[in-house]
Amino acid sequence: MTVNINSAALAAGPAKAISISDVNLYYGALHVLKDINLEIQPGEFFAFLGPSGCGKTTLLRLIAGFNNARQGKVVIGGQDVLDMPPWKRDIGMVFQSYALWPHMTVAANVAFGLEERRLPRAEVERRVKAALELVGLKHLADRRPSQLSGGQQQRVALARTIAIEPKVLLLDEPLSNLDAKMRVDVRRELRELQQRLQLTTIFVTHDQEEANTVCDRIAVFNEGSIQQVGTPMGLYEKPANLFVANFLGTANILGGKIAGSGANRSFEVVGGGSIPIPSGTDVPAGAKLVFRPQYATIGSLEPGAVALEGIIAHREFLGATVRYGVRIGASTVLIDAPFHSGDALLEPGAATTLGLKPSSAQWLAH
Amino acid sequence: MALVASVPIRPAAARPGQILAVSVIALFLAIFLVIPAGTVIYTAFTEKGTGALTIVNFIDFFNTDLFRRSFFNSVYVSGMSVVWASAIALPLAVLTTRFDFRGSLIIQTLGFVPLIMPPFVGAVAMQLLFGRNGTVNLLLNDWFGIRVPFMEGLNGVIFVQSLHYFPFILINLSTSLRNIDRSMEEAAQNLGSSGFRLFRRIVFPLAMPGYLAGASLVFVKVFDDLATPLLLNVKDMLAPQAYLRVTSVGLTDPMGYVISVILIAVSIFAMWLSAVAMRGKDYSTVQRGGGGLSRRKLSRGESVIAYGVVALILLLVLSPHIGLLLLSFATVWSFSPLPDAYTVAHYGRVFGESSLYIKNTLIYASLAGLIDVVIGGAIAYLVLRTKVVGRRWLDWAATAALAIPGVVLGIGYLRTFYGITLPDGTPLATLWVTVVLALAIRRLPYALRACYAALQQVSESLEEAAENLGATKQRTIRRIVLPLMTGGLLAGFVTSFSTAAVELSATLMLIQSNSDAPIAYGLYVFMQSPAGRGPGAALGVIAVIMVALCTLLSHYVIERRQKALGTAK
Repeated sequence: MTVNINSAALAAGPAKAISISDVNLYYGALHVLKDINLEIQPGEFFAFLGPSGCGKTTLLRLIAGFNNARQGKVVIGGQDVLDMPPWKRDIGMVFQSYALWPHMTVAANVAFGLEERRLPRAEVERRVKAALELVGLKHLADRRPSQLSGGQQQRVALARTIAIEPKVLLLDEPLSNLDAKMRVDVRRELRELQQRLQLTTIFVTHDQEEANTVCDRIAVFNEGSIQQVGTPMGLYEKPANLFVANFLGTANILGGKIAGSGANRSFEVVGGGSIPIPSGTDVPAGAKLVFRPQYATIGSLEPGAVALEGIIAHREFLGATVRYGVRIGASTVLIDAPFHSGDALLEPGAATTLGLKPSSAQWLAH
Repeated sequence: MALVASVPIRPAAARPGQILAVSVIALFLAIFLVIPAGTVIYTAFTEKGTGALTIVNFIDFFNTDLFRRSFFNSVYVSGMSVVWASAIALPLAVLTTRFDFRGSLIIQTLGFVPLIMPPFVGAVAMQLLFGRNGTVNLLLNDWFGIRVPFMEGLNGVIFVQSLHYFPFILINLSTSLRNIDRSMEEAAQNLGSSGFRLFRRIVFPLAMPGYLAGASLVFVKVFDDLATPLLLNVKDMLAPQAYLRVTSVGLTDPMGYVISVILIAVSIFAMWLSAVAMRGKDYSTVQRGGGGLSRRKLSRGESVIAYGVVALILLLVLSPHIGLLLLSFATVWSFSPLPDAYTVAHYGRVFGESSLYIKNTLIYASLAGLIDVVIGGAIAYLVLRTKVVGRRWLDWAATAALAIPGVVLGIGYLRTFYGITLPDGTPLATLWVTVVLALAIRRLPYALRACYAALQQVSESLEEAAENLGATKQRTIRRIVLPLMTGGLLAGFVTSFSTAAVELSATLMLIQSNSDAPIAYGLYVFMQSPAGRGPGAALGVIAVIMVALCTLLSHYVIERRQKALGTAK
């Protein structure tokens, strides 16, 4: 489908900023959200990313008003909303299950929020029409939700939410109930729609690819606290800790200890090899060496690279690249080597040398 | 840390509407359940005249020969009813769940039929079919010169009760059997077990929780039943004794209360026992993608035997209905296998004189059903969707009504409300409204379960979506929760309605004048005299048809709704 925009039909007003400060939430003794502080810019497409149970959906529901924070502030467009009931907040949320009411038609579902706002009948009809047109489902207005496909249901849920012209839009894993092909299409549509409406949007997902492809910025969650906030590229290039490095993309992590001091510091990898630490690099206590599979070379050394000795443990041929598992001491690192026609592959059991530039390595803790 | 401490703490506050709802329901349950039941128990433990606390009444009870005999008779009859009900239900359950049996649908449908007719209605018909001079014994005597004492004394009660209550075991046992994963059975077969040993060692133990649930229900129901023994003229059982003491000796006689306490205690004990036996044994093992027990094809010989057994059982199960139907059209039926001649005069008489009974029944049962659905729905919502203080207590109190037999509730109402009079001097206990309230309280636990089930099917995110789009709690209940619960609420209403329509025990205590009486009471009055049996049977047939029609109608409505809503959650 294509997203049809009639920008005059649904106007959300100027985009609102979201400011979350010192939010803590407990379920009994369980500390579910820990000191959450976050600034989301007006019109930003923002992702909450993390494994299941990390608190991302809890925070989203808290913004919508379905969890009561014991402490903290959530300010949307200059207004603290935490003391408001959900129905006064004007925050649109698309539920993971879509939560379409099975006893109402598609049009009645979309009209619901407008009717609750006691809008005149003509205005309700106009906005229902506009919202359904926006998601390309005008022809299905009289159907029941059970007669629609998963993708269509998802679009009805979205139309129902944007029809009320919410201050901000919350999306709770909106793609998780769609098949793989649909997911790619819908996420692009979501991005397009958000850009046109200029609606501040929070997108909850556990899939880094989804977050990377549609969002301006991402907050990475783990165990109830925010690990790092940044752009997709920023998080990949400069992860703040081992969790973020591991969660976004593949990271090789090697333990070791620091030798020397000042400009002559170096990191001695357990099981062999020593890497000089570039001056000015911040190395936290107990840090480990981290690098991406494509940043090391195998079998040859580029200028400025240091050598690490290892043994090929296993090999996966991926087409454009060959991914080698190389054992160094007790740990195995993954190395992606570009594949060119006619290249000979290394055999498992063979000794080899890895080349790593200190400038593409990082030292991270926890 | 200082910063955190300065931020206000937000407690989750209950809303005023919720507190009001809890208070109103609590008041209702207190006045019409807790206080009457409490009064009965309290009276049983006080000395007549002085009001001092004592257990002398219980000592008197066990020192009286009649009461001791009544107690053992009640236990014996309930126990034997469970045994015979199991004997009927077990083959039917196994045949329908374990074998590729063409008659499964018939069994599942006809197996429920007994429940829509109160057992005492069939009792008279059973006398005519199985009594000393009933059809079966006359034929047996003619052919073989023997008589079987099916209906003599306690046997009659056991026979009638087990035929009436076996569906409770059938339903629960079949569900349990269906919930056993095929792999359980296959693993046993893989290790070398088969046939009856496989059933005894694996299948039946896994179905045990369902069997126990059904069996304890049958025990309690039979133990508490008043009307069946009364109609079969068996007086030395507990419930009839309680009724007779209160109606003939008077409201001040402590023995009626002592018997009531014993009825309550045994009900609770039986339920507790089955709960203990089932603790930690949720054997529902069907996994995603897995099927239930494998069904075996019957061989030709087995088929013949199976159909024979099923036909015999179903004939037995339906005999009260057949007998009642014959009786309702019979001119004279006595000392002969079948009635002498047929007539429709009884129906004419019933519609002429007794249409009042039908009208009263419709009013009482609908009101009781309505009260149950409103209170049950409210409790279900409070428990499942709010955190308001006291919601659990409401649930427990409403469920506790299960343990209060109808006769006890009747006695409690008489004792509690007899002293309270209206301005014109009528005691509160004699108003027809009291009957409605007693029926509503008795049926509340069942309606409550139906409401829980209905609300649990409504995903919470459907409500959150409504709130998110601007609907308040009240508006969300009205526009989302209630419409989606309609099917379940209707099911709850029908359950309450159809069982209240034929309930007698509490009614028998509370009805003071014929003009206020419902069908069950009219039936009881008719069946007392030989001349009244014909019209009584006609009234019984009408009651059965009425209940059956309501049940069918509700099934139809619920099914249509379900189709309209589709499978979307």
